[in-house]
Amino acid sequence: MKGRFLQTPEAVAGTAILVLLAIMALAAPLLFPGDPLRIAGPALTPPFQDWTLPLGTDRLGRDVLAELFHGARTSLVVGLAAAAASLAVGAVIGTLAGFAGGLADEALMRLTDAFQTVPSFLLALAFVSIVGPSLGVVVMAIALSAWTGPARIARAEVLSIRERDFVAGARVVGMHPLEIAFREVLPNALPPVLALSSIIVAQAILIEAALSFLGLGDPNRVTWGGMVAEGRTVLRTAPFLSIVPGIALVVTVLGVYLAGEGAVESAAVRKGLS
Amino acid sequence: MTRTLRLVRRRLVGSVFVLLIVVVGSFLMLQAAPGDAVDAYVVSMGGDAGLVESLRHAWGLDQSIWTRLANYLWALLHLDLGWSVTFSRPIRDVVLEHLPNTLLLMGSATALSFFLGSALGIVAGARPGSLRDRLLSTGSLALYAVPSFWLALVLVIVFAVDLRWLPIAGIETIASGKTGLARAADIAWHLVLPVSALGFIYLALYLRMMRAGMAEVWRQDFVLAARARGLPRRRIVLAHVARNALLPLVTMLGLQSAQMLGGSVVIESVFSVPGLGRLAQEAVAGRDTPLLLGIILVSAVTVVLINLAVDIAYALLDPRVGANEAAA
Repeated sequence: MKGRFLQTPEAVAGTAILVLLAIMALAAPLLFPGDPLRIAGPALTPPFQDWTLPLGTDRLGRDVLAELFHGARTSLVVGLAAAAASLAVGAVIGTLAGFAGGLADEALMRLTDAFQTVPSFLLALAFVSIVGPSLGVVVMAIALSAWTGPARIARAEVLSIRERDFVAGARVVGMHPLEIAFREVLPNALPPVLALSSIIVAQAILIEAALSFLGLGDPNRVTWGGMVAEGRTVLRTAPFLSIVPGIALVVTVLGVYLAGEGAVESAAVRKGLS
Repeated sequence: MTRTLRLVRRRLVGSVFVLLIVVVGSFLMLQAAPGDAVDAYVVSMGGDAGLVESLRHAWGLDQSIWTRLANYLWALLHLDLGWSVTFSRPIRDVVLEHLPNTLLLMGSATALSFFLGSALGIVAGARPGSLRDRLLSTGSLALYAVPSFWLALVLVIVFAVDLRWLPIAGIETIASGKTGLARAADIAWHLVLPVSALGFIYLALYLRMMRAGMAEVWRQDFVLAARARGLPRRRIVLAHVARNALLPLVTMLGLQSAQMLGGSVVIESVFSVPGLGRLAQEAVAGRDTPLLLGIILVSAVTVVLINLAVDIAYALLDPRVGANEAAA
């Protein structure tokens, strides 16, 4: 079964993009040490002219290539952290709702509905503007609305698992209901929940970019969305400055989608064969 | 008809609970924000410490959190969303003024992504696994990976800055004095870029859902029967396969409405469309938390109403919906 994952050209491309991106993010402090937000050369140097500044500089004279590398760090950190947080919260809430049933289930599901009713971007915007922009707050703001999908899937899984024999067995043995829920049921309900992770990572990267674009990103970090916003002020004379970080975003998010789709497909194939 | 009515009633009861949770959540966020309504009022209207004290007392802000929550709910029941510092006007009026533009943008973008997306989905799903299918599926995924604000900027660079075909921003030509149809055409002209930026991104959802649904239907017996009867392929694709895969897309319309609203927030700020999104940004810039939460409440109500409308449409389209409930 090994190698299944990389069978479609789409999955190969997606994985290659993600590996490249991880290398970019890890190498950023080595290749471009120091603060990427410092002034590195004359303002608005066009790309491909000065080979110490291959992609030129922005309106304030900052090295665009260095910013691009450091921006990869922010996007990846936010994407992964927000996805991890929302999967964890969603899995716990979904398991509790599905396993407890009755009134608790009803209440938790209405809570999920409520979070899905408020546009996630508006919720994130309000949360960041009230608490104040920093990387942690941005991650929390994104996770605040992204946990609902995992919660629904986890609940549906738990509902089908909790009637199985091994759960009844655990009850007979006298395990505490919470112990059954989290040690017996949750691990079995996880695979379909994890299948959502690529979509959540991708959406998290896009929401972070949009927040930064509107000036609500962490002001002490380079973000691709912030770079686009910065370049927007010189859109007529140097459109390059807002186009390049945007392409980085598109490639990153597409890589996440493609790799995720490949993983889900290969899991489906494996399941079908076993 | 009673079947539909029963469904609507059940949904309405559920929606009331959901909105109640949203309200309590927004109240908690309001409490967490620095400053209260009196601070806001004094900032915009002026006043000394004595006025602050008496206002706090008059507005009940010196009472316990439960009393304040009750007051907040009571005010909302009377459609009173509070006072906006940035506009020095009631929040309800400001928000309702900006809502139509957002609905127009959202509605047009949804229509674009739904019709174009499902049409391309039919093209892709006509032959699942073909080259055309893979190109469309992956291509739409690439489009779905594009940040909306960036697509908006690229469209501006190409069509408004370089080619000068379309207006760069705004919802209509300022002080043009146009009325009636001429004004409507002017607004439509201004909306071409914002609607494209928003609509093209979400097109992927409908395309992929249509395609997946069709791939499913192709395996069913009645399709085999239609082929055995020797029906032309075009007819099988449209009348049998696509038609049966179309229904789930209607549900998607409702589910997507919240995301569309969120998406238009960003797009409006790029194109300076005076809608809820632009308003939200002004609220953030002016640290006007009550206004921001008012926008959230109105958006939540909008999303609930859209979903209700979709549910009704769905029940009318598909006689199976709610049928077993009626039996129970």
